[in-house]
Amino acid sequence: MRLPEGWVTAAALALLPAVALWAWAADEPFTITLATRAAILALAAVGLNVALGIGGLVSLGHAVFFGIGGYAMGILAFHAQTYAPLEIGPLTIAGTRSMPLIWLVATAASALVAWLIGLLSLRTSGIYFIMITLAFGQMAFYFAISWTAYGGEDGLSIYVRNGFPGLNTLVPIQFFALCCAVLLLAVALQWRLRASGFGLALDAARQAPARVEAAGLSPRRLKLAAFVLSGALTGLAGALFADLNRFVSPSMFSWQLSGELIVLIVLGGTGRLAGPVIGAALFVALEHWLGGLTEFWLVWLGAILLGIVLFARGGVVGLLTGRAGPHV
Amino acid sequence: MTPILLIEQVLNGLQFGVMLFLMAAGLTLIFGVMGLINLAHGSLYMIGAFAAAAVAGATGSFALGLAAALAAAAAAGALVEVAVIRRLYRAAHLDQVLATFALILIFSEGTRWAFGSFPLFLDIPAALSGPVTLPGGIEYPRYRLALIGAGLAVAVGLWWLTTRTRLGLRIRAGAEDREMVAALGVDIRTLYTVVFALGAALAGLAGALVGAIQSVQVGMGEPVLILAFVVIVIGGIGSIRGAFVGALLVGLTDTLGGLLLPDLLALFMENGAATQAGSALASMSVYLLMAAVLIWRPAGLFGRPA
Repeated sequence: MRLPEGWVTAAALALLPAVALWAWAADEPFTITLATRAAILALAAVGLNVALGIGGLVSLGHAVFFGIGGYAMGILAFHAQTYAPLEIGPLTIAGTRSMPLIWLVATAASALVAWLIGLLSLRTSGIYFIMITLAFGQMAFYFAISWTAYGGEDGLSIYVRNGFPGLNTLVPIQFFALCCAVLLLAVALQWRLRASGFGLALDAARQAPARVEAAGLSPRRLKLAAFVLSGALTGLAGALFADLNRFVSPSMFSWQLSGELIVLIVLGGTGRLAGPVIGAALFVALEHWLGGLTEFWLVWLGAILLGIVLFARGGVVGLLTGRAGPHV
Repeated sequence: MTPILLIEQVLNGLQFGVMLFLMAAGLTLIFGVMGLINLAHGSLYMIGAFAAAAVAGATGSFALGLAAALAAAAAAGALVEVAVIRRLYRAAHLDQVLATFALILIFSEGTRWAFGSFPLFLDIPAALSGPVTLPGGIEYPRYRLALIGAGLAVAVGLWWLTTRTRLGLRIRAGAEDREMVAALGVDIRTLYTVVFALGAALAGLAGALVGAIQSVQVGMGEPVLILAFVVIVIGGIGSIRGAFVGALLVGLTDTLGGLLLPDLLALFMENGAATQAGSALASMSVYLLMAAVLIWRPAGLFGRPA
């Protein structure tokens, strides 16, 4: 097929709201929850796509930021829930139930950690980078398990979903609308980013670092900036994911999740604007549909992935537009 | 802490280290020769453990179990290389990551389908069970001591294979310049399959040997795989010597960190907090070691700078 990519993107962005509205009209709250899950995973993948799709950084440790966002929500809401302020040395911080505040903390904390990890892992490239991000992911996982103050291995339950001014987040369609709005903003950001000077320089740093260097820019600093932005977006998704489940646990840091985020992007189409959204929607649909058919649905997911890597480069967007790579 | 406890833990660290070496050696060989990042190496470890547990359970012979583990892992490795991996050598790293991640899903869920979700158990052979008394009156499990011996023997064997045999010469030449080796008449495709099967057999051996002291279950391979990655990053990709030194460093750091850090922190913190912080730090110690090596030598201890 040879559909224009703009159409595919528009259709993909309209897909989740359409499904959620239909489910709302048909009174199927579970389908709304599935659509919300897809929107949040898509947001995390949009974050990873900034580093992986544009910057060419194959990070196998993005669950770190997802987990930090989740724990930012968990810790703040836990202290609000128990009325015990958080004490760090001389600082006393009251917990909060306000989503905007939680999002601020989640993005700031993940950006800071992304900066630290990026600073270390960008000293290397290629295969080293993949292994090192994977290792830092595992480090965060084991740290969360041994950190018993916030539930350790058992995780942390938050009894009531946090609030957003003017909305009742306990109503599924309202929480979906909120997540979907954040996702659309992130996709718009990614679109603006690709057209911006920074995005073009980053794209060039992936394809020809020596030339970028000769033009007077530092490829490493460009990649570091992309990695930080990427981590912050994925952290925001983590905070929303924790609010969706009202539960955080070390599994948000697991390496499987890092792998799945990559899978989402490649299913949809690497570096494509709509790639993460299509990939996440398809992943949640497969998980629900194949998971209902067989307990061992991951075998089939594995087979589909192998098929895509070996025979259908460019994922779904590649199949629809007839072009394996994004046009630059 | 008594000296006896410390020596025991050092031995445990060595035992863990040599098992990590079996994993890391295969990974580093496969990367060094074929330029491939193989996430499914942990699945081959798991296949070795399951084959050993199934065959030893059916026949009652640990040696037959070990042979089965080597054969099953090598066969699975060769099969995967011919069917999938062969198409990935020139592919981007992202494709390699994705395809081998897909293989993990297939192997893990396939094993769960075949063996169920409950762990299997592999008994230590009678000849190696029970403790042995070391000089100084230290009692130490005979089996773990045998593991250290087996790991060291494999290390010597690998050194001999790569430096003293014709196959080793071809492997080293293949890592240097694959076109030249092919032009000189070496069948490079078969060589790659052999190297991949050799790495797989090492992983399967590690899985079977460790399977007797841990439970054999789906997902057992990936934590070991990630630690083996840490080993390779520390030692330098492609270097077997680096893998050996890195594996022992990681094994000792992991084992001794859990023992020493809480006591160390207790010197300047109250006891409860020191235990908390100590165990949290100990769980991260291996990765902190990796970070330190990266700052000091980004290409690893024995790696060539890019």
